[in-house]
Amino acid sequence: MKSNTPSERLINGIIKENPTFVLMLGMCPTLAITTSATNGIGMGLTTTAVLAASNLMISLLRKFIPDGVRMPAFIVVVASFVTIVQMLLEGFLPSLYASLGLYIPLIVVNCIILGRAEAYASKNPPIPSLFDGIGMGLGFTLSITCIGAVRELIGAGQLFGHQILPLADAAAGKIGYEPVTIFVLAPGAFFVLAALSALQNKFRLGAAKRGIDPSNPDKCGGACASCGNTMCKGGGSR
Amino acid sequence: MKELMLIIISSAIVNNVVLSQFLGLCPFLGVSKKINTAAGMGGAIIFVITLSSFVTGLVYQFILVPTDMEYLQTIVFILIIAALVQFVEMFLKKAIPSLYQALGVYLPLITTNCAVLGVALINVQNDYNILEGTVNGFATAAGFTLSIIVMAGIREKIEYNDIPEAFRGFPTVLLTAGLMAIAFCGFSGLI
Repeated sequence: MKSNTPSERLINGIIKENPTFVLMLGMCPTLAITTSATNGIGMGLTTTAVLAASNLMISLLRKFIPDGVRMPAFIVVVASFVTIVQMLLEGFLPSLYASLGLYIPLIVVNCIILGRAEAYASKNPPIPSLFDGIGMGLGFTLSITCIGAVRELIGAGQLFGHQILPLADAAAGKIGYEPVTIFVLAPGAFFVLAALSALQNKFRLGAAKRGIDPSNPDKCGGACASCGNTMCKGGGSR
Repeated sequence: MKELMLIIISSAIVNNVVLSQFLGLCPFLGVSKKINTAAGMGGAIIFVITLSSFVTGLVYQFILVPTDMEYLQTIVFILIIAALVQFVEMFLKKAIPSLYQALGVYLPLITTNCAVLGVALINVQNDYNILEGTVNGFATAAGFTLSIIVMAGIREKIEYNDIPEAFRGFPTVLLTAGLMAIAFCGFSGLI
C-alpha cells in the first residue's frame, strides 16, 4: 500500500503500529482508567481529539519551530489542546469529566502524543499527520476499550454499564455470577495487561519460528519516559 | 503536624503512586532491572518531585490564583517542570558533579514522567498549601522509590527462574506489579 495516504495512516495506527499493544506507549492511562469499557472509550476519544489536533498543528508549524526548542514547543501545543478539551468536557460531558478526573490533564504527558509529534508530525505534511493522529488515537481507543471491557466483565459482570452476567444473590438463594472485584481494583489492571502482552508474545514467537524477526518485547517497556526523544523514532520504520 | 503525618502515610504507602494511582509507570517498568539503577532513579525522582511541588505551589498560589488564571495550570505546570529539570541538570553538573554522575542519565527522562505533573495537579485538587504540597510531593516520591526498589529486588531474583517463554520480560514484570499492588491494598485500612 502507498505510504502517507490517509487510509494507510489510519490502518497503520489501528493495527500495524497500535500504540498500546505494539509500541507499548501510554501505559499510565491504559492501566488507570480502564475500569470500565465506557471509561476506555471516553479516554480514548479524548486522547484522539488531542492527538489529531496537535499533530495537525505541529505539522503546520514544523517549518517555523527551531530544532533546538522543538520539545518545549510541542509540549505547549499539546498542553493548550488538552486544556481546551478539558474545558469542553467539563462543560458538556460532566459525568465523563468526573470519572476520568486527574487523567485528563495528564494526557499532556501521554507519550503517544509527544511520540507521534516527534516521530511523524514534525516531518510530514498536515493531512497525513492529521490522519496519523486519528489512526493512532483510534488504535489507542480500541485497545483500552478492550482492556476496559475485559476488566468490567470479569470484575462486575457488566459491559458498558449493562449487567451481562446475572449476579448471584445468596440471600435470595439465586445462583449466578460471583464478580471478581479485584479486576476492577488496581491489581486487576496489571493482570489483564500481563495476560494480553503474554498472548502477544506468544504470537510473536510463533512468527519468529516462521522466520519473521520478533522485536524485543520490552524494548518499549520504558519508552514512555524517553519515547519523545530517541526510542520511538524507530517506531515509524518498524 | 498530625495533618502532615497523615499526608505522608497516605501518599507514600496507602495511595502508592505507582501501584494504586498508576502514575510514573514507565520508569517503574523500564528502569527496574537492577537495584542500583532503580535507587538512582528513585533519588532523582524524590529530588525533582519535591522541588517541583514546591515551585508549582508557589506559582499557583501567588501568580495563577491572584490573576484568575487557574485554568492555565496544566500548561504552566508542565513548562515549569520541563524548565526545572533542565535547570537542576545544569546546576548539578556545575555544583555537585558526583551527584550529577549518579543521577545524570535519569534526569531528562523525568520531564515526561506523569508522576511529576500528577503530584502538582493533585496538590491543587486537594487544596494543599505550599508546605503540605511539598510534603505530599516528597512522600509520593518516597513511595515511588520504595516500590521501584522492591520491584528491582524481585526482578533480580526472577532472572534465575525458568519462566514460560511467552511470559518472559514485560508480562512477568506486570504480574509482579499486580501482586505488589495486592500487597499494598493491605495498607488501605491504615487511614
